[in-house]
Amino acid sequence: MTPQHQDGPPPSDIELERRAFRRRQSTLSILVGAASTVAFAVIVWLFVINTPGWARVQDSFFDPETAVAAFPRVAQGFLLNLRILAFAVIGVAIVGTLLAFLRTLRGAVFFPLRALATAYTDVFRGIPLIIVLYLVGFGIPGLLNVRISHEVLGTIALVITYSAYVAEVIRAGIDGVHPSQRMGARALGLTHAQTLRLVVLPQAIRRQAPPLMNDFVAMQKDVGLVSVLGAIDAVRGAQIETAKFADFTPYIVAAVLFVLLAIPTIRLTDWVSARLRRREQMGAIV
Amino acid sequence: MTTVLRVEGLRKSFGSAAVLRGIDFELAEHEVVALIGPSGSGKSTLLRTINLLEPIDDGRIILRDADISDPRVDVDKTRARFGVVFQHLNLFPHLTVLDNVTLASRKVHGVPRGVAEARGMELLDRIGLAAKAREHPDRLSGGQQQRAAIVRAVATDPEVLLLDEITSALDPLLVGDVLELVRDLAAEGTTILMATHEMAFARDVAHRVLFLDGGVIVEQGPARELFANPREASTQEFLRRFSAG
Repeated sequence: MTPQHQDGPPPSDIELERRAFRRRQSTLSILVGAASTVAFAVIVWLFVINTPGWARVQDSFFDPETAVAAFPRVAQGFLLNLRILAFAVIGVAIVGTLLAFLRTLRGAVFFPLRALATAYTDVFRGIPLIIVLYLVGFGIPGLLNVRISHEVLGTIALVITYSAYVAEVIRAGIDGVHPSQRMGARALGLTHAQTLRLVVLPQAIRRQAPPLMNDFVAMQKDVGLVSVLGAIDAVRGAQIETAKFADFTPYIVAAVLFVLLAIPTIRLTDWVSARLRRREQMGAIV
Repeated sequence: MTTVLRVEGLRKSFGSAAVLRGIDFELAEHEVVALIGPSGSGKSTLLRTINLLEPIDDGRIILRDADISDPRVDVDKTRARFGVVFQHLNLFPHLTVLDNVTLASRKVHGVPRGVAEARGMELLDRIGLAAKAREHPDRLSGGQQQRAAIVRAVATDPEVLLLDEITSALDPLLVGDVLELVRDLAAEGTTILMATHEMAFARDVAHRVLFLDGGVIVEQGPARELFANPREASTQEFLRRFSAG
């Protein structure tokens, strides 16, 4: 990057020559990069369309007419995914923070709570989400002998699994806050709870923003698994349409919707991580 | 003169290491007392036990006739009566400078935000940081951060201001402004107990000096007197090494 001088003498001939050289170099590397990207894309494309089964695959996975016909139902289902996601995020934030808090409690009095929270995170980070979905989806209604909608049960299962992950991320963040911050807060007369809420947690969550958002991206797509309970979401909708047209294109439609949902979060995660890294390199704590 | 703080027979160990081995002293209203002594002599620990950040093993700490080392006192309320500035990492990096300064007023003393901020701006204006009030601490120099930390500590009008080597992590060029602020606060009658390695500053500003070595107060007296004519051999040795640099 060329430094912008507000005043001072104009750059010398040597410096001007260097800048011209750097400009030429960067133009050249952009051209080389663009050319190699195009070449790679063309090669992949040629390879794919020349595979023996391409015509069949194209017909059964990438059929535009089926895509258009299936879109309304898949999109309708996708709205359910979004609704479940919204509630699950709130649930995960609350339960995850609570679990992280329990795991940071010190003192013998809190041993049972601490042990319980540890056992919870161990167990639910270990069980595959799909099993949790089955256990919650068919276990809870059987246990309580009531009818609960598939969406609600799916949301509960997601909250159970993801809060275990999120709790670990937040706990790592809490441990990463310098002890002097806690001491400074207590010295001002803040209570233990105020210290955690006003000083420790905000710093912990800021520091852990990239991994937390990463979990959010993972959850965005795992919302699609609630279809196993029978909720008519995007995946289930695609399944129904697939059966109707005897064509897999509806799944591709659903996949595209999930990707479109994930991309903004992924870009945002990149941006937040880069900003955090820059600030840390500048010497700021958070 | 009214006694604000009285420490009696204070003892504190970390494991088998006895850090404070029976400390007795008094601090009067408006008095400025400097704690000097080699590293590891117990200065920081003494300051932390006084505002109850460290539990003590024996002795008493009396703040205006009340024994605050009694386990029945409300620790959080008592801490709020002190103002504390540490060596470094004082400010909360996620809050603006103004929010740092007003945090204790708002959350501990229940002052409405408007009132707390008006007072906060007044204090920041005084140290020339009013323009930085809405910035985060990482935009301030080390010296500006320490001065902001000092006004944060006095924003709640504490009964005693405890300063723990507040300039020892600073660039030498930035020390002057910080000491100037402490000098002003002392001149206004703030009661201050400060651990410091700035001997010239201690001699000029402190009324009394306590020389701490090996967890006991070896010698104490009026600042000028103690610096001019130290009686104990260890005090003489310490001051000689200090002036030799």
